[in-house]
Amino acid sequence: MNLTNLTIKQAHQGLKNGDFTSVDLTKAYLEKIKKSDLNTFITVAEELALQQAEEADKKIKTGDFGMLCGIPCAIKDNILIKDIKCTAASKILENYVAPYDATVIARLKAEGAVFLGKANLDDSAMGASGETSVFGATKNPHDKTRVPGGTSSGSVAAVTAGESIYALGSDTGGSIRQPASFCGIVGFSPTYGAVSRYGLVAHASSLDQIGPIAKNVEDCKIVFEAISGKDKMDATSVDYKFEELKINLEGLKIGVPKEYFAKGLEPEVEKIIRNAIKKAESAGAKIIEISLPSTEYALACYYIIGPSEISANLARLDGIKYGLSEKGRDLLDVYLKSKGHGFGTEIKRRIMLGTYSLSSGYYDAYYKKAQEVRQLVRQDFSKAFEKVDLLFCPVSPFPAFKLGEKLDDPLLMYLADIYTIPLKLAGLPGLSMPAGKTEAGLPVGLQIIGNHFEENKILAIAQEMEKKLT
Amino acid sequence: MISKKEVEKIAKLARLELTEQETEKMQKDLSEILDYFDLLKSAPKPKANYSNIPRNNGIANLNATRTDEVLPRNAGTVDRLMAGFPDKKDGYIKVKAVL
Repeated sequence: MNLTNLTIKQAHQGLKNGDFTSVDLTKAYLEKIKKSDLNTFITVAEELALQQAEEADKKIKTGDFGMLCGIPCAIKDNILIKDIKCTAASKILENYVAPYDATVIARLKAEGAVFLGKANLDDSAMGASGETSVFGATKNPHDKTRVPGGTSSGSVAAVTAGESIYALGSDTGGSIRQPASFCGIVGFSPTYGAVSRYGLVAHASSLDQIGPIAKNVEDCKIVFEAISGKDKMDATSVDYKFEELKINLEGLKIGVPKEYFAKGLEPEVEKIIRNAIKKAESAGAKIIEISLPSTEYALACYYIIGPSEISANLARLDGIKYGLSEKGRDLLDVYLKSKGHGFGTEIKRRIMLGTYSLSSGYYDAYYKKAQEVRQLVRQDFSKAFEKVDLLFCPVSPFPAFKLGEKLDDPLLMYLADIYTIPLKLAGLPGLSMPAGKTEAGLPVGLQIIGNHFEENKILAIAQEMEKKLT
Repeated sequence: MISKKEVEKIAKLARLELTEQETEKMQKDLSEILDYFDLLKSAPKPKANYSNIPRNNGIANLNATRTDEVLPRNAGTVDRLMAGFPDKKDGYIKVKAVL
């Protein structure tokens, strides 16, 4: 029996039947990780994983255990697991050991989860290709000359390659959905506030969300249910209880935003997405073309708001309290050197952009203007959801690109997130699921966007679409 | 095009030490990106004032305050936090003189 291609549900069933133990399962994955040449993990937590698996096996013996008990998973290395290194793939946190558990980690621990280790990502979760990690680029399991997408590169590649059953990632502008699309698995970014971010290395606080990455929609649902809900430690989290929704495509109103099919979308990607929409229509859904007129401004808006928040959030990494600390003549010199040596190229670029946008004389033209545009983007979506239940569109304008192809051109790299960013500005949930493959065999993801806190609608319909698309 | 002097001023505000090479590349990259931001000039004004719009999950933008109370923490957390200090003395973070 191959233990490294199981879904959560299949693994759970196997544990229940006594076909294998959690230790067997965990060892199989650790073995697979050791043999991997994809560079998916930064830290493999072998000792912790085996200890958790033994604990899980005790619980399983009692017969009283949940779906995630004893199931090995990967955690993006910007989410804290107590006493395990949390590097955020950056030089500045290269040797940082997490002093406490993130809330999502505490919740998974309570379920009896097994943490295989910390998955690779773009440096400080900024990027779109998985290439900027100080621990080296992650490779796409479908084609090792291509990027897996980013920033949850290691999390997604690990699940795709059978090095983990599921994973947690974080999504600020597309960091769960875009790699899920590039690797052909399911990634879900929930509504802003549905999942606590306590213990997530801060990037842009008005956008960051933690979400599940898995082989299918059902697995995503299981993980989402376990990690979501109010947390005292994150004031932006809300009282939220996931409730299953029994709906199908019959009579469902699906909006197709015309701006997401404009110039820049590769014809092969368009064909695959149009085909998925046609399948929904054949199953009884009503397809309505809609317009989100502010879409063209979303990318610029995001690259002002995101970096502005980054410049404030990353000010804490000053060489004084934790992280890389360089010696200096005086306090200012310590700051300058620690930040100058500790931050990667893209991080510095964003800190500079943010500082510029917030600085006296430029604030109105950049930061304030971006906040106004953000409001336009939100209005577009709220108007759309008066008419339709869900939106269907591409995740990315192109499939996985070659390693190195966009690395030296920041603006070109930013364009990889053009369809995943707008909904984040509006705080909406979005899911990426495999919709087909290009002639070259590269996966293409369909994006399903829902209204605030309508995760259940997205997940129910995604499960229906899964039956039509596979 | 943003000037080299401006790049240096922003870097100083951001407390970032940049090498000569980095400053040059930054000047080029920032200029290109800021040019792209010009797109926003053509965006219309929204109807509502952005300072009192709902939060971005549609929930009313009310101040969320909590009572000022000591929350229980795991006993080892303080030790773990202190273990991360780059330099310390008698349980305090040691820093360079400000003046």
